[in-house]
Amino acid sequence: MTTATAPPARRGSRAGARGTRGEQVAGYAFISPFFLVFAVFGLFPLLFTFWVSLHDWDLLGTRSWVGLGNYTALLEDEDFWNALVNTLGIFVLSTVPQLLVALALAQLLNQRLRARTLWRMGVLLPNITSIAAVGIIFTLLFARDFGLVNWLLGHVGVDPITWQEHRWSSWLAISTMVDWRWTGYNALIFLAALQAVPRELYEAAQIDGASPVSQFRHITVPMLRPTIVFATLVATIGGIQLFTEPLLFNSGANAITGGTTRQFQTLTMYLYEQAFTGQEFGYASTVAWMMFLVILVVAVVNALLLRRLRGVA
Amino acid sequence: MTLHRPRRPARTAAAIGLILTSAAAFAGCGGAEGADGGDTTLRVAIFGDFGYEKLYDQFEAEHPGVKIVETSEGDLGKYNTALTQKIAAGSAPGDVVAIEEGQVVNFLASADKFVNFQDHGSNDRKDQWLPWKYEQATTADGTDTIGLGTDVGGMAMCYRRDLFERAGLPTDRTEVAALWPTWEEFTKVGEQFQEGIGTDDVHFIDSATNTYNSILMQSADETYFDPDGELVIESNPAVKEAWDTALGMSEAGISARLKSFSTEWTAGFKSGSFATVACPAWMTNNIKENTGAEGEGLWDITTVPGGGGNWGGSFLAVPTSSDHQDLAVELVDFLTSAEGQLGAFEATGNLPSNPTLYDTPELQQATNPYFNDAPTGQLFVAGARNLQPVYLGAKNQPVRDAVENAMRSVENGDTSPADGWDAAVEDAEKAAG
Repeated sequence: MTTATAPPARRGSRAGARGTRGEQVAGYAFISPFFLVFAVFGLFPLLFTFWVSLHDWDLLGTRSWVGLGNYTALLEDEDFWNALVNTLGIFVLSTVPQLLVALALAQLLNQRLRARTLWRMGVLLPNITSIAAVGIIFTLLFARDFGLVNWLLGHVGVDPITWQEHRWSSWLAISTMVDWRWTGYNALIFLAALQAVPRELYEAAQIDGASPVSQFRHITVPMLRPTIVFATLVATIGGIQLFTEPLLFNSGANAITGGTTRQFQTLTMYLYEQAFTGQEFGYASTVAWMMFLVILVVAVVNALLLRRLRGVA
Repeated sequence: MTLHRPRRPARTAAAIGLILTSAAAFAGCGGAEGADGGDTTLRVAIFGDFGYEKLYDQFEAEHPGVKIVETSEGDLGKYNTALTQKIAAGSAPGDVVAIEEGQVVNFLASADKFVNFQDHGSNDRKDQWLPWKYEQATTADGTDTIGLGTDVGGMAMCYRRDLFERAGLPTDRTEVAALWPTWEEFTKVGEQFQEGIGTDDVHFIDSATNTYNSILMQSADETYFDPDGELVIESNPAVKEAWDTALGMSEAGISARLKSFSTEWTAGFKSGSFATVACPAWMTNNIKENTGAEGEGLWDITTVPGGGGNWGGSFLAVPTSSDHQDLAVELVDFLTSAEGQLGAFEATGNLPSNPTLYDTPELQQATNPYFNDAPTGQLFVAGARNLQPVYLGAKNQPVRDAVENAMRSVENGDTSPADGWDAAVEDAEKAAG
C-alpha cells in the first residue's frame, strides 16, 4: 500500500530538474533504509524461497536439484487443491459478511450515540484479544459434548454436531471466529472514512429528497470506495494466510491436518505440514510460491470487481 | 512415537532461568571461582518436565563456576519444530538438548551436527541402557551415537475405580489385570462395562487411536517401515491387526471418540467421559494434571493387555554448535547415569531406561499416592521388561498421522472401515514420499 508521491519541488533550484551530484547521493541515502530493509526481509526471502522450491530439500538431510518438479507435482496434488478450496471457501464465508456487517456497524457508530467512544472502543476489543485465547474459547463453544452452541441448538431439537467433523460446520465455525475478531477493526476503518465524507453531500441529497438507503448507496459507498478496496485487500491477504484459527480449532493430536479428511486444512497449514511434519522444505516452498500467485490473482479479481462498483455508482 | 506427548505445563523455566542468571551474576561479583577465572553457563533445552532441578544443583556443587540454565517448552510439537530449525541453522537452543524418540531418526540423518558420544567412551557403558534404547540414537553403521537415553515409556493401563464400580466390575488392580490378558478380552470387558454403566455419557476407552498405538507398539519389531526404510504398511500384518482390533472396539460402542490431547479429551478426565486410558509412564503426570487434585484416588493403574510395550521416551544430545562440549557431555553423562535417571524418576515418575535400576528397592517399592498407591515402579518396569524394540523410520510421524486421521474418520462414522483402510494406505504412501 505505498502511495506514490510527486517529487518535491526544490526551493531555489534554478539549474533545471536535477540537483548536484551530492544532493542526488543524499537523496538515495535518505530513501535507502526502506529498500535495504525490503531487500533483506522482503526480496531475499522471496527469491530464496523460490530457489529452495526448485530442490528436493530436506532441512536436516540431503538436498538435490529437481527443477520445476515440485511445481508439476503440486499441480497434481489433491491435498493442495483441497487446501486451496478450503482457504477460498473460508475466505469468502468470512470476509463477505464481515465487511458488510462492519459497514453497517460503522454507520451505526457514526450516529449520535450516548457513550460513543465507549462503543467505538468496544468494537475493537475482540481484535486486541490474544488469538490463542480466541481459538481456545471458540473451540470450547463449539465442543461436541459440552459446547454452548450445541447446548443452545439442543433447545430447538438439533442433535449435537461434531463441528470439526464436517466441511460445512467447520468452515462456519472458523469463519465465526475470524469475523468475531476482525469485524470491529474493519468497522473502525470504515468509520474513519465515513467521518471524512463531507456533510454537505448528505444535506444536498436530503434537500433533493433522497431516502437514507439511497443516500447510503449513492453517497456513502462511492465515497468509501478507496477504504473498501483497502479493507478488502487486507482481508484477502489475511484470509489466504489463515492459519491460527483453524489450527486451534482442531486441538489435540494431528492439529495441522485440519480434520481427519483435511476438511478445513488451509494453504498455510498444508505448507507448514509439508515443512515440519514431512520435512519437505522444497515442496513447502513451492506451496508458498503458489500462495503468492493465488493472492495476486485474488487481488486482481478484487480490483476488477471494485472498479465495477465505481461504475455502478 | 509419542509425538503427541502431551502439553505438560512448562515449568517455570523462565523464572528459574532468571534466578540462575542473576545468581551467576552475583557469583561473578564475588570474584573468580572457576579455575579459568570465569563462570561457565550451560544451557539445557528440554520439553515438558524432566525433573532435573535437584540434579542440576548437585552438578553445580561438584563443578564450581558452572551454572546450568534450563529452558522448557510445554508443547512438544513446537519444541520439535524449533529444534529442527535451529539444529539445521547451526545454532542449537542449548549446550544440551532433549530429543524425543519420534524425532531421533530424523536427527540421525544429520549426525554430524551432534557430538558423537562414542568419542567420549559411551560404548564402554552401553549396558547402562536397554540395548534398543542405545541403538535408537546410533547410526545404522553403529559408529555414531548422537544421544543418550533418559526415560522409556513402559506401558500400563490406567482405569477409573469409581466408574468400574458403578458398572459392576471389580476395582482391585490384580483382579482387573486378570480380566484382560489380551486385547480381545479387553474389548469384551468394555462391552460389559458399557452395559453395566448404562449411559452414553461414559465410555470404556477414550479413543480408538490411542488403543491402536498401544497395540501396534507391542506387536512387532517394525511398524510402518522396515529397517531399509521401505514402507511396509500393507505387508506388515501387525498394522492391519492393530487397526482391526482398535476399530472393533469402536464398533462395539465402547469408545468416547475423543481425540487425544484435544480440549475435550482433556476435559474428559475431569468429567469422567472414559474409564480407561493406555498409560505409558509419562502419562501418569498428565492424568493427574487433567483430573485435578479432587480426583485423587479415582484412578488406578494395572497391567496393559498383551503384556508390556513402549510408547515414548527421550534422549539428551550435545549439538556441535555448543561452546562447552566437554562439559555438556559430562552433564549428559551425569543426567543419564543410574543416579540421574533415578532422580528424574523420583521427581516426575518417568521410567528409567537403565535396566540395572529395575531391581533396585527405589523402583520396586515406588508407589504413586494419586493413583491409589499403585506400585508404579513394579508396574512400569514389568511393561518395560517385556519390550520389543520397534524400528520406526524417519517418516514415521507423517505416516502415523495419516493412519490416525483415517482411523478417526472411520470412528466418527464418516468412512466405512474398508474405505478408511484404503485411505490410510494411500495417505501413508503419500506421506512416506
